[in-house]
Amino acid sequence: MTQLALVIDLNVCVGCHACVTSCKEWNTSGWAGPLSDLRPYDADPSGTFFNRVQTFEVGEFPNTETVHFPKSCLHCEDPPCVPVCPTGASYKREEDGIVLVDYDKCIGCKYCSWACPYGARELDERQRVMKKCTLCVDRIAEPTLPPEERRPACVLACPTSARLFGDIHDPNSEVSVAIREQGGYQLMPEWGTNPANHYLPRRKTRIRIHEDELLRADNPLHKEELPELPEGAETLDDVAW
Amino acid sequence: MHPALSVIFLTTLIGAGQGFFLALYTGQVYSLGNLLPAQSSLTFYAYGSLIALALLAGGLLASFFHLGHPERAWRAASQWRTSWLSREVIILPLFMGLVLVYGALHYFGLTRPVFRLGQAVVVDLSLLVGGLASAAAFLLYLSTAMIYASLRFLQEWYSPLTVANYTLLGLASGFTLAAAFCAWSGSELVLFYTSEALLLTLIAFLVRGLSLLRNRRIRHKSTLQTAIGVRHTRIEQKAQGAMGGSFNTREFFHGRSRAAMRTLKYLFLVLVFGLPLLLLGAGLAVDSLWLPAAAFLIQYAGLLLERFYFFADSRHPQNLYYQYIS
Repeated sequence: MTQLALVIDLNVCVGCHACVTSCKEWNTSGWAGPLSDLRPYDADPSGTFFNRVQTFEVGEFPNTETVHFPKSCLHCEDPPCVPVCPTGASYKREEDGIVLVDYDKCIGCKYCSWACPYGARELDERQRVMKKCTLCVDRIAEPTLPPEERRPACVLACPTSARLFGDIHDPNSEVSVAIREQGGYQLMPEWGTNPANHYLPRRKTRIRIHEDELLRADNPLHKEELPELPEGAETLDDVAW
Repeated sequence: MHPALSVIFLTTLIGAGQGFFLALYTGQVYSLGNLLPAQSSLTFYAYGSLIALALLAGGLLASFFHLGHPERAWRAASQWRTSWLSREVIILPLFMGLVLVYGALHYFGLTRPVFRLGQAVVVDLSLLVGGLASAAAFLLYLSTAMIYASLRFLQEWYSPLTVANYTLLGLASGFTLAAAFCAWSGSELVLFYTSEALLLTLIAFLVRGLSLLRNRRIRHKSTLQTAIGVRHTRIEQKAQGAMGGSFNTREFFHGRSRAAMRTLKYLFLVLVFGLPLLLLGAGLAVDSLWLPAAAFLIQYAGLLLERFYFFADSRHPQNLYYQYIS
């Protein structure tokens, strides 16, 4: 079985919101109708988005780190929002595991948004139906697009390649390898929703240098002072090459 | 959560409607065993069913205001296998239909015995239909409450106490209304319903108090650490991705202060339980038209506040992602 998903690398994300605008541009222009905005150029603007980038500060000054955190529907493998839908408008596609809303069946009761612990669903105030990330269903299998563009708009837009897209059930896919080798994790694992989207943690490359490595004890030119060694102690100089 | 007026009216109106119908039917069952005097088919059961129907219809009407697309509401009956909301959508009209038939049987006097159980128990059609309707009333309490009690990460609701509260509060308000109805229609069952209402209100108070205590010391499983997956004791949100708010900030926050919520809690405790208990108690001692009616009106007003508190009191884990605008 296929389970399409995004893997988002928090180590690389710079919080530029290109994924947000690209997502909005593609998904507001599609056949499913606009992602409505309310008062976009007025006081108190509001609107429907599939994807948002949030920013968190970790630690206390001066030891702080800024984490940019893109958040969209996680396409859970056990989605709590699907069984609660009274009309069957909310469903998980068998063939690729994408969680979708049928906008023609949705009655706008908002129950699914209550049943999502991640706040991934937003009611479109103008169309009065529930909306959420579709993983760009109208892109990823679109034969008129060149094959390299058959990926979600956010993935194509990301300038730092912080977003990977693929099948997490295929152990050799780019996303599975990334999750496996770079410590990919799920959000709120305590609810057993088993989100398909994973996040790669912040990683730091550190070189561990011991003090004796800073002193060139084996320098043949003896330009630096030799450390004082106890009587009879062995140094690297004693090793026969 | 942000309490929706439509849902507050839906749950309180149908709760009282179900309770009132169950009160009527209790009267009929008790009169079978000669525990209570039999009542008039027309003025008691038929008019009573009409009042129950009016409450239920009011609730149903309120529920439509909750929908973005009320014209598609019929679709909501399709997913009864998995969704408690769907089950509620099926049972509410079914229950209303049964109450209508029950009332009509009494109105047209179709109460001739169908069969007898032994010598004493005379079974007529209204008794059978009323039995079915009573079962539907309890199923409706269950499905209304399970809509909330089945959401495992809304920990304030995820408890059998939610089901007990919806049932008991509905029954209490229904029986209080029955006492008022008897007082006004001159039925001699006033004392019976008043004492039943008193008892139910008291039990409801204990159970609601239990859930308040439970929720006071609740430990939320989700934290900012699990929400974004960063292990640090100090994480602070700096931006939520939108400056002007979003669906997530409107639907999941009630926006009242802690002090306002505390005041609301004591206010509903007094209005739902304290005052009605006093008025009903006085109603046992003094024969009055107004005491049970006042008890019902005050209790119903209190229930509106109680339901508001119920919704506002639960903290959705998604709120962790929406702590600061920027």
